[in-house]
Formats: sequence, C-alpha cells, structure tokens
Amino acid sequence: MTLAAAATAVATDATSMAAESPGFLSPTGVEIAFLLVGVVTFGAAIVTVTTRQLVHAALWLVVTLGGLAVEYLLLTAEFIAWVQVLIYVGSVVVLLLFGLMLTKAPIGRSPDADSGNRWAALTVAVATAAALVWVVVDAFRTTWIDLDGAPAGSTEVTGKALFQNWVLPFEALSVLLLAALVGAIVLSRKAKADATATTASVPGSRSDKGGAR
Amino acid sequence: MTTTTLAYLVPLLPFLGAAAGLLLGRTAPGFVRPIAVLPTLASLVLAVLVAVRQGGDEAIDAATELTPTGSIPIELALHIDGFAALVAVLVAFVALCVQIYSTGYLQDDPRYPSYAALISLFTSAMLLVVYSGDLMVLLVGWEVMGICSYFLVGHYWETPEARAASLKAFLVTKLGDVPFLIGLFALAVDAGSFRITRVLGAVASGGLDHPTLIALLLLAGVAGKSAQFPLHSWLPDAMAGPTPVSALIHAATMVAAGVYFIARLLPVFQASSAAMVVLAAMAAVTMAGSGLAALAQDDIKRVLAYSTIGQLGYMTGALAVGDRGAAVFHLLSHGAFKALLFLAAGVIIHAAGTNSLAAMSRMGGLRDRVPDAYWTMTVALLALAAIPPFSGFFSKESVLGAAEHVTTGHTEHVPAAAGWIVLVVGLLTALLTAAYAMRLWLLAFRGHGTEAPDHGRQPLTMTVVLWVLAAPSLALGGLAYQSLPGWFDGGELTPTLTTSVLGTGLALVGGIVTYAAWRRTSTLAARVPLGAVAAHPEGDAAQVEAEAIATHEPAYGDVAHAPDPADPGRLLLGPLHRHAAVGFHLDAVYSALFVRPVRGGASLVRFLDREVVDTYVRGAGALPRWLGAAVRRAQTGNVQTYVSALLAGTVVLVVAAVLVATGA
Amino acid sequence: MHLAYPAVLSALLFCTGLYGVLARRNAILVLMSVELMLNAVNLNLVAFDVWLSRTAEETLHSGQALTLFTIAIAAAEIGIGLAIVLAVYRNRGTSDIDKLRDTAEGPETDGPDGEAHAAEPAAEKAEASA
Repeated sequence: MTLAAAATAVATDATSMAAESPGFLSPTGVEIAFLLVGVVTFGAAIVTVTTRQLVHAALWLVVTLGGLAVEYLLLTAEFIAWVQVLIYVGSVVVLLLFGLMLTKAPIGRSPDADSGNRWAALTVAVATAAALVWVVVDAFRTTWIDLDGAPAGSTEVTGKALFQNWVLPFEALSVLLLAALVGAIVLSRKAKADATATTASVPGSRSDKGGAR
Repeated sequence: MTTTTLAYLVPLLPFLGAAAGLLLGRTAPGFVRPIAVLPTLASLVLAVLVAVRQGGDEAIDAATELTPTGSIPIELALHIDGFAALVAVLVAFVALCVQIYSTGYLQDDPRYPSYAALISLFTSAMLLVVYSGDLMVLLVGWEVMGICSYFLVGHYWETPEARAASLKAFLVTKLGDVPFLIGLFALAVDAGSFRITRVLGAVASGGLDHPTLIALLLLAGVAGKSAQFPLHSWLPDAMAGPTPVSALIHAATMVAAGVYFIARLLPVFQASSAAMVVLAAMAAVTMAGSGLAALAQDDIKRVLAYSTIGQLGYMTGALAVGDRGAAVFHLLSHGAFKALLFLAAGVIIHAAGTNSLAAMSRMGGLRDRVPDAYWTMTVALLALAAIPPFSGFFSKESVLGAAEHVTTGHTEHVPAAAGWIVLVVGLLTALLTAAYAMRLWLLAFRGHGTEAPDHGRQPLTMTVVLWVLAAPSLALGGLAYQSLPGWFDGGELTPTLTTSVLGTGLALVGGIVTYAAWRRTSTLAARVPLGAVAAHPEGDAAQVEAEAIATHEPAYGDVAHAPDPADPGRLLLGPLHRHAAVGFHLDAVYSALFVRPVRGGASLVRFLDREVVDTYVRGAGALPRWLGAAVRRAQTGNVQTYVSALLAGTVVLVVAAVLVATGA
Repeated sequence: MHLAYPAVLSALLFCTGLYGVLARRNAILVLMSVELMLNAVNLNLVAFDVWLSRTAEETLHSGQALTLFTIAIAAAEIGIGLAIVLAVYRNRGTSDIDKLRDTAEGPETDGPDGEAHAAEPAAEKAEASA
C-alpha cells in the first residue's frame, strides 16, 4: 500500500508538479548522500535492537546516533548536529555502557536478549511503520525543502532564536535538569541504603521500601 | 373471684408453670419439682371449684374479642357446660397424678426439667381445648398437644424406636389435622362463626349447607387425635415414650380430646346420618381390631395401648348412637383406670427390669415385689373388663344400653344400623377385653420360674399415686351414674338388664377361656427359656424402661411381639395371631401406599434438582468463570505485553481515524 | 531535498525503537530503544524546522529549540532511568523486565505487600512508554 501510494505520488509528480518540485527519479547529490547515510543509520538501528550482544548494541547505537548527526548536517542544522554528537554519543552512550557494566550484563552473546514478546512486538512495529510511512508519504510526497542559501541551523541563528524567543523555557529546562540530577542521586543513595539492609533481612527491607514510596 | 376468672386461670396456671420451668430448669434445679406440681395442683383445685359452681346448670359463656380478624371473628371464648367442667377436673386430676408420679419415675433423669415443663404445657393445652368456646382457640390447644406429644414421646431420643415413634405420632396426627382444619373453616363459613354456641344454633336452625362433608373432614382429625381406625397406628408405637407420658397423653387426656370434640359438636355430626354410620363403622373396626391385636402383643404397654384404642372405640361408638352422655361417662371412668393401668405398668417394668410379658411369665413372685401395683392393677383390670361393681362396668353398660336403645328405632337422628353395629361389636369387644385383661394379669403376676430380682421398695410418690387413682377406678361408676345425667344432657345412664347380663356374661366367658388356655400353655413356659432384663436394674425407672424398650427388638426379633409358645393369646387366636401381632399389617399397607411413593417422589425430585436444575445453575456459573479465567490469563504482570496491547490498539484506532478522515 | 526522505527515515527509526522497547528483555536495552525513538522525533523536528524556515519565513526556529530541549530531557531521562534500573537490580538481582511481574494475577498476590511491589514495574512502565 505504501509502495502503491509512493508510485502514484511519483506519477502525479511527474505530470503536474514537475515544474516546481523535482521528481524522485532524478535525485540531487544531497539527496543521494542523505539516502545513503539514512540506510546506514536505519541498518545500525535495526542491529541495535536485534543484536544478542548487549555491549555491541550500545556500540551500534553510537553508529545510529552519529548517522543522525550527519543527517542533521545535511539538513544544514549544524548546531544540533554537534550537540547530538556531544551529548548523545559523548555522554548518553557512556552512561548506558556504565549501566550495562553495573548491572553485570553478560559480555558476548546472550541467547535470551529478546523476551517472549518478540513476535507481538514485531507485528506492532511493522503495523505502526506501515501506517506512519503511508500517512507521511501520502501527505508530503510533493513537499520540497530548499537547502540553498544561508544555513537554517547555524550556531548564530540557533543561538539568537534560543536566547531571544526561548529564554524562559530554557531556564525552566535548567531547573528540570537540576531536579533530575538531585533525583538520580537520591535514588542511588536510597538504593544503596536498601542494599545494605537487604543483606540483613529481605522481607524487612521490602516493607521499609514500600513505606518510603 | 367470678367463675369466669377462675375458669380462665385453670389453663393459664400450668402454662405459666411450663414457662417458669423452661426458664428456671437449668439455673434453679431445686425449684423444678414444685414448679411442676404446684400449678397443676392449683389448677385442679380451681377446676373443681368451677365444676362445683357450674354444677351442671346453664352453661357459662364468656367471650372477648382481642382483635378484629376479618369476616369471621375469632374470640377468646369460654363455654363451660357439665361436660367441660367434669372433663377438666379429670384432666387436672390425672395430670397432677402424673406429675407427682414423674418426680419419682424420672428421679435421676437429666432432662427432667424440660420434661416436666412440657407435661405442664400439655396439660394447659388440654384444659384450653376443654374450656374453649371458640373453635380456633380450641385448634390452638389441639396443635400444642400435638407438638408436646412429639417431644414427650421422643424423650428417650437416644433409642431409634423413640425417634421413629415421635415422628410417626406427629405425622399421623397431622395427617388428620389437615382435613380437620379445612373442616373447621367450612363449618365456620357455613355457620358464620367460630363460636361453638353459634355453630350449634346454626345447626339447630338447619343452617349447614354441607353437613356430610364437614362431618367427614372433622372426623379425619378426630380419628388422628383419638387413634381411631385407620389413623390409630401411631398410638402403640408411642409407647416408646416414658410411662407417665403414656398415661397422661396417650390414655387419659390427649386421645380423649377427639372424643370430647365430637361430644361438643355432636349436633353437627347428627345432621348427617351418613357421617353417623361412618362413625359407627369406624368405632366397630377399631374396637374389634384393637381387641384382637391386644391379645397378641408382648410389650405390656402396647397391650394397654391397644386397649386404649378399643376403649376409645367404645366412646366413638356411643357418639355414633348419639349419646354423648354415655361417651363422656366412659371417658371419665376410662381416664381414671387407664392412667392407673399405665402407672402400675411403669412400676412393674421397673421392678421386673423388662417390658416383655413373655419374660415376666418366667419370673416368679413379681407380685410380692410390687404389692401396690399388684392390687391396684387388679382393680384397674377388673374395671377395664367391665366386671361389676367397678367403674368400667357402669360406663360401658351405658354405652351398650344407648346402642340397644337405638336398635329399637326410637331415636330420630341416628340410623338403626349404627345402633346394631355398635351393639354387636361392642359385645364382642367386651369378650376380647376381658380376655386380654386376663392374659395380662396372668402373665404378669402368675409367672413361674426364677425369683424376680429385688430392687427394694418403689418410691413413695409412685405408689401413693396408684392408690389415689384406684379409688375412682373402683367406685366412680357406681357413685356417679345416677348424678351424672344432671350434669349432662339428662339421658339415662343406668345399666339396663339385657345388656348388663350379656356384657358381663361375655366378659366372664372371655376371662374363663383365657384362664383355661393359660393353664394349658403355662406348663410350656418352663421348657422354653426366654427373656432379657435391663442392663442397669439399679437405675431409676426411666432408665430401666428406656433400656427395656431399646433391647426388645434385639432380644425378641420385633418391637411388638415375642416368639413365645407359652402365650395363651397364641392358642386363643390361632392363625390370626401372626397378623394381630403386627397390627393387621396396617403399617405395611401405609408403607406401600404412602411411604414408598413419597420416597420415590423425593428421589425423583432430588434427581431433578441435582442433575437437571443444577446443570443449568452450574452452566450459568461456568461461562463467567471461563471468561474470567481467559481475562485473568492476560494479566501476566509483564509490562511489555501490556504496552504491546496498548500500542496495537492505538495503531488500530489511528488507522481507523485516518481512514475516516480521508473518507477512504 | 524532498521532505519525504527525512520523514520516512524518522518513521522507520521510530518503529525500530518501538520494536526494541517491546521486544528487549534487558532494561538498559529498552532505554536504548527509547533513545532511538526520541532521536526519530528529533529528526522530524529538525527537518520540518528547516522546511518551514524557508517556505513560511518562520524565524522562531521552534523546531530546533524543541530539539535541544528534547536532547536535554533525554539526558535527564537516561540518568533517572539508569538510577531506577540500578535500584531494581540491587533489590532483585536482575534487570530483566519480564521477571518483574509483581502485578500478575496469581493465587496469592493480594494484600498490601503485593501493592508495595507493584511500584517498580509501574515505574518501569512509565519509563518504557515515555
């Protein structure tokens, strides 16, 4: 259905809107680059969610996130791209690797990385993908982004927008980050106190925790 | 106090005594005996006072309507005529004797408080029946007697015989009470009132539309209560209760209630000659059958029970020939000597340790152990056999005289056929009565063999009562037959020459024939050892009796008779003995006609309920249970499953929304 | 460039993340899949922002600002999420989501004790669907 919709979109593009927006059959260089990087990103994402080696999943996530940073660059949003590299590739993935380490995740292939819910998940995911792709293609098959001219996401432009129009939400966000910081610390400390209690008596610790919550 | 107030107090006092006895029975055991005896004594004094004040004159009528009850009013009414006054004296007298006797008889019984309270309640109910001038109030007393009888017969409920007998007594009397109730309603509708005086007035003016129907319906209840054929079978079984209970309930008072009821409403029955003939036939079958059955019983109390049925047959016979004076006269004298017979039998059972005549006949010197019981029982048996000048002679001759009077066709209400039936069968029964009285006396007191065990003297309370009761048995008839007509309808109660000679002659013949048969068979007795005595001969009389009843069936093979070749009754009855011993198979007939169909129906209903109805119920429950199990299976606790279902639903909804929005 | 390209890529990445959330057993892998989904949204935001800034002369750059916010929130979320996973791991000795089944219907899962245990899976669920 998606393919059929795409095909009809191509056909209508070729006839009526050929003058304004170029067809899908004659891609520009940026488009080719975007597609190639997109294929790599998507493939890496697939491997991330299917691999049986947990640490490899984190590493493939790095590939995916890096690929997305390249896509941002291709869309002329350079500031976002660097932020992506800095925060995601730099910190989030490192955090995740620490998490894997702390929970003693097995190194190497673990046969039970996927839960029994796998086929239901696959069905839901494919159905969602079909619906989304169909709707998106049906809606935006003729829309064209003009990437020429000044980049839309240079640091200057983004900085101006952020600190002129979005300054209040930005400050609120900093408060949120602070709260998250404090929360993470509290959770970790609490868990530590519980962990010492657990070694003494298991049922007592559980009731304590229930009361704390 | 006015006579009316006194009369209200007569049934009320024993009732209060019963309530107090039930309340205090556990907390104050020392008061139980006074509480049992004193209200009955007071009640007797008041009843005598009422009788003296009433004096056989105009009936005392008093009524209060407590609350309006609809179309036909129910009133708390008294109607005291000569019948009511004298029967109340008898009831209170016998009840007092029984209460005093029971204090000795159930000396060590742990259930004595409730027993005494129930006897008091029973007395109160009977007095209510006697005095009541309203049929509905009478019915209340009637039913209270039924339930008291149930409890008292089942006093030894540890034995299966007593349990079965109490149930049987209750069910059989209720079987008669249902038509009785319908009959009362029909009578009240026809007469427009439950008051006895108004009913009788309506009858006198020919106001009854369905006299035969009403009379027959009422007869069913009377037959149940007074143990007349075909509803008599509960009475012999009711002997599984304690002996004082048998004396009070099943000899002197409760069974008399039915006779008394007909005597009160005799004009209603006389309005239908068919009912009178049915009554006569019922009386005849009852008299003759019970006489034969009594000859074949082995349990001394069952002999007396069948004798009670037969004597009640005399009373209904008297009513069938329209002479209620004779009927109530016989009721009074019979009440006295039958109570004496039962109480003396209780003493004998205690002394002998058995209730079996066959065992007593192999026991020497029993009469020396219980001289009081021996002499008083001799008097009572002579009265029962209607030998002059004992009281039974006069009352029975008055019945036979009334029947003879009817056969000549001088009465307008009663068909001559009824008179002939009652007269002929009554004379035959006089023969049988003398025979079984003689047999009882010979077997109990003229036994040969090992000496009877000596348990010492009987309690004074038991023996004194015997002598007190012996007085009316001896002299009541002779003293009263001339004065009683003044209390009753005024009909002649003096014995006539023909019936006296015939009746006494037949009675003598019966006695002599039985004696001759006994002389022939008694030599056999020594050769066939037989008998068993109670396990605890030292216990109180009630315990001995309960054990004797419980062991009769294991020892002799049947609760009613024993395989004793030395029994003169066996020689006299010949081939009939086999049938007479089991009450002419009436229980088997009932079992085939009623018990088995009811059981079949019950098992059918049970099958329908278990297999058919329950299947639907189970099915109705199973579907939700399956649904619930299916839904519960979804609750795995796995968050991923929940989210999967959530998202799948979301996708379906979104796709549907998109399709609708784009008009696809 | 056609807007369809980033849009379709974003949709596919989102569904990949979705699959990961539903199918992965380890809680940290689930968190990774959540990151994938967030990134798919970010790509969408950036693409539409670029398109609108050219076509509609939109100068607020709300898409890019929102993307930055999302990145910040994702960082906070991953911190909190990992803390929770660590707490669960310390208490239960496992970080497998399908072993945290205290809310399951069972013969004896009633009373306040069962409710207290339900707290962690509920938190997990909130995280997983965020």
